[in-house]
Order: sequence, then structure tokens, then C-alpha cells
Amino acid sequence: MELTTIWFLLVAVLFTGYFILEGFDFGVGMLLPVLGRDDRERRVMINTIGPVWDGNEVWLITAGGAMFAAFPEWYATLFSGFYLPLLLILLALIARGVAFEYRHKRPEATWKQRWDKAIFFGSLIPAILWGVAFANILRGVPLDADHEYVGGLLNLLNPYALLGGATTAALFLTHGAVFIALKTVGDIRHRAATLAVRLGVVTAVLAVAFLTWTLTIRSSTAAVVLAVGAALALLGGLAAAKVRREGWAFTGTAVAIGLAVATLFAALFPNVLPSTLDPAGTLTATNAASTPYTLKIMTWVAVIFTPIVLAYQGWTYWVFRKRIGVAHIPQH
Amino acid sequence: MDALDVARWQFGVTTVYHFLFVPLTIGLSVLVAILQTLWHRTGDEKYLKLTKFYGKLFLINFAMGVVTGIVQEFQFGMNWSDYSRFVGDIFGAPLAIEALVAFFLESTFIGLWIFGWDRLPKRLHLASIWAAAIGTNLSAYFILAANSFMQNPVGYWVNPETGRAELTDFVAVLTNKVALITFPHTIAGAFLVAGSLLVAVALWHLIRNRDSPDTPAYRFAAKFGSWVTLVSAAIVVITGDIQGKIMTQVQPMKMAAAEGLYTTESPASFSVLTVGSLDGSRELFAIKIPYLLSYLGTGDPNGTVHGINDLQALYTAQYGPGSYTPIIPVTYWSFRFMIGFGLAAAAIALLVLWTHRKGRTPRGKWLLRAGLVMPVLPLLANSFGWIFTEMGRQPWIVFGEMLTRDGVSRSVSLGEVLTSFAAFTLIYATLAVIEVKLLIRYAKAGVPDVTPDPEPDDTDDADRPLAFAY
Ligand code: HDD
Ligand code: HEM
Ligand code: HEM
Repeated sequence: MELTTIWFLLVAVLFTGYFILEGFDFGVGMLLPVLGRDDRERRVMINTIGPVWDGNEVWLITAGGAMFAAFPEWYATLFSGFYLPLLLILLALIARGVAFEYRHKRPEATWKQRWDKAIFFGSLIPAILWGVAFANILRGVPLDADHEYVGGLLNLLNPYALLGGATTAALFLTHGAVFIALKTVGDIRHRAATLAVRLGVVTAVLAVAFLTWTLTIRSSTAAVVLAVGAALALLGGLAAAKVRREGWAFTGTAVAIGLAVATLFAALFPNVLPSTLDPAGTLTATNAASTPYTLKIMTWVAVIFTPIVLAYQGWTYWVFRKRIGVAHIPQH
Repeated sequence: MDALDVARWQFGVTTVYHFLFVPLTIGLSVLVAILQTLWHRTGDEKYLKLTKFYGKLFLINFAMGVVTGIVQEFQFGMNWSDYSRFVGDIFGAPLAIEALVAFFLESTFIGLWIFGWDRLPKRLHLASIWAAAIGTNLSAYFILAANSFMQNPVGYWVNPETGRAELTDFVAVLTNKVALITFPHTIAGAFLVAGSLLVAVALWHLIRNRDSPDTPAYRFAAKFGSWVTLVSAAIVVITGDIQGKIMTQVQPMKMAAAEGLYTTESPASFSVLTVGSLDGSRELFAIKIPYLLSYLGTGDPNGTVHGINDLQALYTAQYGPGSYTPIIPVTYWSFRFMIGFGLAAAAIALLVLWTHRKGRTPRGKWLLRAGLVMPVLPLLANSFGWIFTEMGRQPWIVFGEMLTRDGVSRSVSLGEVLTSFAAFTLIYATLAVIEVKLLIRYAKAGVPDVTPDPEPDDTDDADRPLAFAY
């Protein structure tokens, strides 16, 4: 296989990992005002992701870094072209990250309420905007022959992309609800499980609509197979949630997100950012790539370190495998 | 004002801001790990108290380092897309490796450390803070290697067909002589900040509350912090001296700009204070130490140090017409502030040690005040050091290869950069106020009472509260 193809796959894997992992973080954040009836319950929710959210976010940083190293043209065009959405995502991630750490640092109710808002919006905004961004990548954007983005902000807010945003937000909400049901005990666990099923139905409709629309824009056999797989995984996850098999339900939503992201990348390949304007502007895995020498070095680094990272991140989840409930929350 | 100016301001503001938190993260992670190790070795509760106390301050600071770092990583693509296209082949690799090798390590193990007090066996818990500390310090190396490429490009060629810089020797990039010396200098600068913070907080409690039962803990912290400060100051001076020599070789203009040296001199004297004309082409008044600049720059008291005017002429001949001179007052003063503020912190550390001699307890309003400004000094020194380094490289973004003005994103409008600049400045300013208040609040609260945490136990699933929860 060509190095550029391998790196296309690796970038896809990194984003897939990011959306599966931070997907439930975002879900938990968005559900904070919905499922958390009082401060203790909200703390239970936050503590289900407390030890892991930062590690999950590093998947994004690594995906960004990998994109920069392997496909500098893609990184440059995408990040400068999608300027304002990315700015909003950054602001959201800043507020949210600080909120997790600072929320419990003072006892006042208003202090906590403000950080709760930061967590809610800090999760909601990226959950929507990542969908908008990836839908636009797939659909293509106006690029001139120099690969410079020449559309405005409004160009990014087309109906397909908005459906993409709604879909990612819904997927992450369901994924988050399933995760809370999996990681908590007591009343909140049951409410989360019930909510997961209700949300899941809406999510399934949105996801099927979005993936079908995607395949009419760009398609390949692999993409069709993956899209069908994503839909089946989601339905399986919902069925498991319904009968309270929480581990299976979480596996289902995780696989569904993973396959949905994979569908987008499979449909996109070999392009990385198609141009709707000048075909010469289209960025592909070949014309956006670094030199083979850089790719070779990066491949070695990835081959050695990715398994190590997966091992210790997996171990972290095992260390914090116990369910928590309001009784486990200390007074301070 | 155009998009370029705003993009530059934004980069400067966000990076300097990021680097307000980075030194504490780098230094304090190791110091907290050492404190916890001392507790393990001796079983003395005072070390556990100090671990938890400084650990809390560390985490308040750490959160800010993390969230401001993400902005840095995205900013190259957002505001400097032509730069990213030009250097991506070389510059992206250390960034990606930093994330994969260092950020994963530290973010995962920090999580384990924060929440793992009663979830991990004691030794593994200690290992977690060490893993995080190692990850943090490792991350600094990769990002500094990336920055060093901008100061002294090595291991590459510019492909005439694509017009892009392409990597030819990755080992050369990682062992860039600028990176090798920048790393210890920056790390030592970071420990100067962390050591000073240890002292400042401990001193405050020692002087304000003389009968506290925790006096032994604070005494230890004050002395330990002072030694850290002094040793890192020594390392900073030694490595800084070497850096000056390397800089004279690879970026002679920066050395000339650091000194406001307009004409080539051999031997050259170090200026303690020079007042130049506003356009920066003549000096009006100066206090000088003979031979020192020659020594700093070349290692030989009679060595030749090139002047700005000669270098400007040389570069014009080499690269075509244009100004190749950085803004002299900025480089001149930031260089002096870096050294001055850093050494002032070291002087206070010396004073603190002296007040502790033979079991005495420090006292006095003035010492208290000196202690309180102490951590701010090396923080300023670090900021000025970076302002010097980065402004002294101007007008280049990659020295000798690409001008800063050619690196900016063409597709980003003035309105967009202004929006992001305003948004970042606003959110950063708000968060700065919040974080400083929290730091002060927790610093004042003093060391906590500790009961050693229960060992992990899979049988008592029952309802024992977590040792730590958000
Ligand atoms: C507490 C902080 C601190 C202190 C006391 C000093 N420095 Fe420094 N210096 C830094 C913190 C710093 C820094 C912020 O970490 C920089 C910015 C880039 C770098 O490599 O380190 C820096 C850069 C920097 C550079 C620029 C390197 C380049 O652009 O290639 C030189 C030549 C020196 N330093 C030299 C010195 C000397 C001779 C010092 C004392 C006698 C000194 N520094 C004290
Ligand atoms: C963390 C410490 C650093 C600080 C405090 C810092 C600060 C600055 C400052 C003050 C400028 C000048 C802005 C201007 O020209 O007006 C600048 C420019 C720049 N620095 Fe750094 N820098 C740091 C590290 C780095 C590193 C590690 C990199 C690369 C990996 C980097 C990349 C750049 C770039 C691309 C510019 C160009 C923008 C410009 O010149 O304005 N900096 N930086
Ligand atoms: C301008 C270039 C820089 C970029 C692109 C950058 C990138 C980042 C990123 C993405 C993070 C967040 C990591 C996380 O989520 O865990 C971070 C944090 C951090 N960075 Fe920077 N950084 C820059 C400058 C520097 C420099 C010059 C140093 C050290 C000398 C440094 C050291 C650190 C440290 C110690 C943290 C603390 C938190 C952490 O590592 O997670 N950074 N940086």
C-alpha cells in the first residue's frame, strides 16, 4: 500500500478514535442540565469522565498534528478555510476544559452554575460544528487553483452540513446517555438508560438520512458497506439499551460512531478536500501529502507508539471501571 | 493595520499567554513528583501534605496550559497557512510526535494521578506522577526542536519545483544545535519559576503564621524551593552563555540587535545601558563593559562581533532589497529584562536561604513582599526571553528562507483575524483573573490535613466516597 494511503487511513483512525472517545464526553456535557437534577448528580456525571477527558482530547491534537505532518496542504487549507467554525470550537474547548477542573474549586452555587453552562455549551458547540465541518469536507468547498478557500462563512452552512451537525450532536447525546447508564448506579442510571433509548430513535432517523444523503454526493462500495454497518450497529446498540445490557449498548453506539466516521472517509478517498469550483483546486491524498521520507519516519513513529498509547489508555479505563453514584461523591 | 499585523499580535499574545502556564507545569510536575517520592521514602507526613498542597496549585495551573496549547496547535493552520504549507514536511512531524509520544503520556497519567489516590497501589500512583512529569518535559523537547528549525533551519532542502521545504535528515532536525541548547535553557527557566513558587507560598505562611503546626513543612518547602531556584539560575546562566555563542554564529543579526551594536567591533563591549536614536540607527548614550560582548558572542575577549549596519548591508546583497533588522528597542530591552528579572529571583532565593540559617525562622514585612513578587520575576524573564528570541528573528519566520509576511493565511480576512484576536484576548483575560484568584485562594488555605488514602480494594465495592472527585 502507498504511504499516502496509509496516512489517509491513520488520520481517519485518529479522528474516528477522537469522535468515539470525546463523543461520550460531549454527550455527558450536553446532558448535564438534563440528567443532573442536583449538584451531586451533576458531579456524578462529571466524574464519570473526570479521569479520561483530557486523554480523549489528545486524540484531536494528535489527529491535527498527523494531518499537519502528513498532509500539510490539507491542514493549511482546511484550518484557514474553516476559520470561524474552528475558532468557535477552540473557544468551546477552552471553556469546557477549564470548567471540569475549576467547577468544584469553590462552594458557591452561582460559581458552579456558571461552569455548568460552560460545560454544556462547550460540549454542544463542538458536537454540532464537527458534524458541520466534516460534512463540508465531504461535500467539497470552493477552492481556487492554489487550493485556497474562496467561499465565505455562509457557504459552510448549507442544509447538508447542518444535517451533519444535527447528526453528530444526536449521536454524541445518545452515546453519552449510554455511557452514563454504563458508569453510574442508582436513580440516574435508570433515567439515563430510558433517555438513551428515546434519543436513540431520533438519532437513528437523522443518521440514516445523513448517511444516505452522503452516499448520493460521493460513494464507493466500501462506503456503502460501512454506512449499513453503522446503521445496524446503532440499532443493535439501541436494542441492547432497551433491555438494559449497558455494555453492549455502549459497544453499539461506539461502533456506530466509528463506522459513520469511516463512511465519510471511505466516500472521500482518494480526495481529502474536493473543490466545488476549480477541479485543479481539489486536494487529494497525493497532492496534499508530505514527501515519502517524512511519511516513512512518521510511519515508524506511529507503528511503535500507537500500540503503547492504546495499551495505557485502555488500562486507565480498566482502573476506573467501577460505577459511581451519589454516595461516592465526597463532601468537598 | 492589516490581517498580517493582527495575526502577529494574536500569535504573540496567545503564545506568551501559553508560556505563562507552561513553565509551572514543567517545573512543578517534577517537584511534586519529588515531594511524593520523599513521602514514600521517609513516610514523613509533611511530604504528603506538601505533595497534596502543591499538587493542587499544579492542577489549577495545568488546566490552563492544556486549553491554551490546543489554540497553539490549530493556529499554524488558521493564521499561518502559507507558512504551514512551506514547512509542513518538516515542522509537522515534531508536532505530531509530541502529541503521540508526550501529550498522551502526560494527559493520561495526570488523570490517573488525580483520581488514583485510592484506586492505584501506592507505587503505581507515584509512578503516574513521574510518567506525567516525564511526558511534560519530553513535550517541551519536540516543540523546541520545531521552533529551533525556524531559528536555524537544518536537515532540509527547498524543492525548486514545489517551492516547499522538504525534509532530508530528520535526525539533524532533532539534534539541531539550537534545539540542544535551547532545551536545557528553557527547562531551567521553568524550574526557576516553579522553585520560586514553592518559596513564595511557603514564606507567606512562615511569616504570617509563626505558630502553625505545619511550620516544618513550610520550612522545608522554602529551603527546597530556594535551592531549586539557585541551581536553575546557575544552569540558565551557563546555558544562556552557550546559546549566545551559537546565536552569534547562526543569527548574527539577533546578537547585534540584542546589544544595539550598530557597527562591527573587535573587541566588542557589552552594553549595560544604551539609548539609541528612535529610528535605531545611532546610539546617543551608553554604559559599557569592555570585552564582555566579544566574550559572550565568540568565547574570545577580542573576537569580532558584527554590527547591525554591516549585517543589513550583507543581507541586502544576499537576499535582495528590504529591511533585515528587527525592532532594536524590543530586542535590546527584552534581552536585558530576561537576564535582570531572572537573576533578581535568584537573589531573593539566596536571601531566603540566609534567613533560614541555623534553624532561624524568617520574619519581616520586606521579606514577605520580596517573597510574593518572587515567582512573578522569572515568569517575566521567560516571557521576555521568548519575546527576544522571536522578535529577534524577524523579519524572518524561518530564518533565511521565509519572511513572516509571506507566511500568513491569504484566505483569512482582516475581520476574521480581528474576531479571533478579540475573542482569545477576552477569554484569556477573563480566565487569567479567575485562575490567579483560585491560585491565591488555595495557596492561602495552606497545607491540608491528610489521612493516608486507603489502598485499593476490590471487595469493598460498597459506598466508600472517592478519595478525590471533581
Ligand atoms: C527565567 C528565565 C530566564 C533567565 C534568567 C535567562 N533566560 Fe535566556 N531565555 C529564556 C529564559 C531565561 C527563555 C524564555 O527560556 C528563552 C527563550 C527561548 C529560549 O531558548 O529560552 C531564552 C532565550 C535566550 C537567548 C536566545 C536564544 C536564541 O534566540 O537563539 C539567549 C542568547 C539567552 N536566553 C541568554 C541568556 C543569558 C546569557 C542569561 C543570563 C545570564 C539568560 N538567558 C537568563
Ligand atoms: C512558548 C514560547 C514562545 C513564545 C512566548 C513565543 C512568542 C512569540 C512572539 C512574541 C512572536 C512574535 C510576534 C510578532 O512577530 O509580533 C512569535 C512569533 C512566532 N512564533 Fe513564537 N513563541 C514561542 C515559541 C514558539 C514555538 C515553540 C514556535 C513553533 C513551534 C513558535 C512559532 C512562532 C511563529 C510561527 C511566529 C510567527 C508569527 C510572527 O512572527 O508574528 N513560537 N512567537
Ligand atoms: C507555539 C508552539 C506550541 C504549540 C503548538 C503547543 C501545543 C500544545 C498543546 C496542543 C497542548 C495541550 C496538550 C494537552 O491537551 O494535554 C500544550 C500544552 C503544553 N505545552 Fe505547549 N505548545 C507550544 C509551545 C510550547 C512550548 C515552547 C513549550 C515548552 C517549552 C510547551 C510545553 C507545553 C506544556 C508543558 C504543556 C502543559 C500541558 C500539557 O502538556 O498537556 N508548549 N501545548
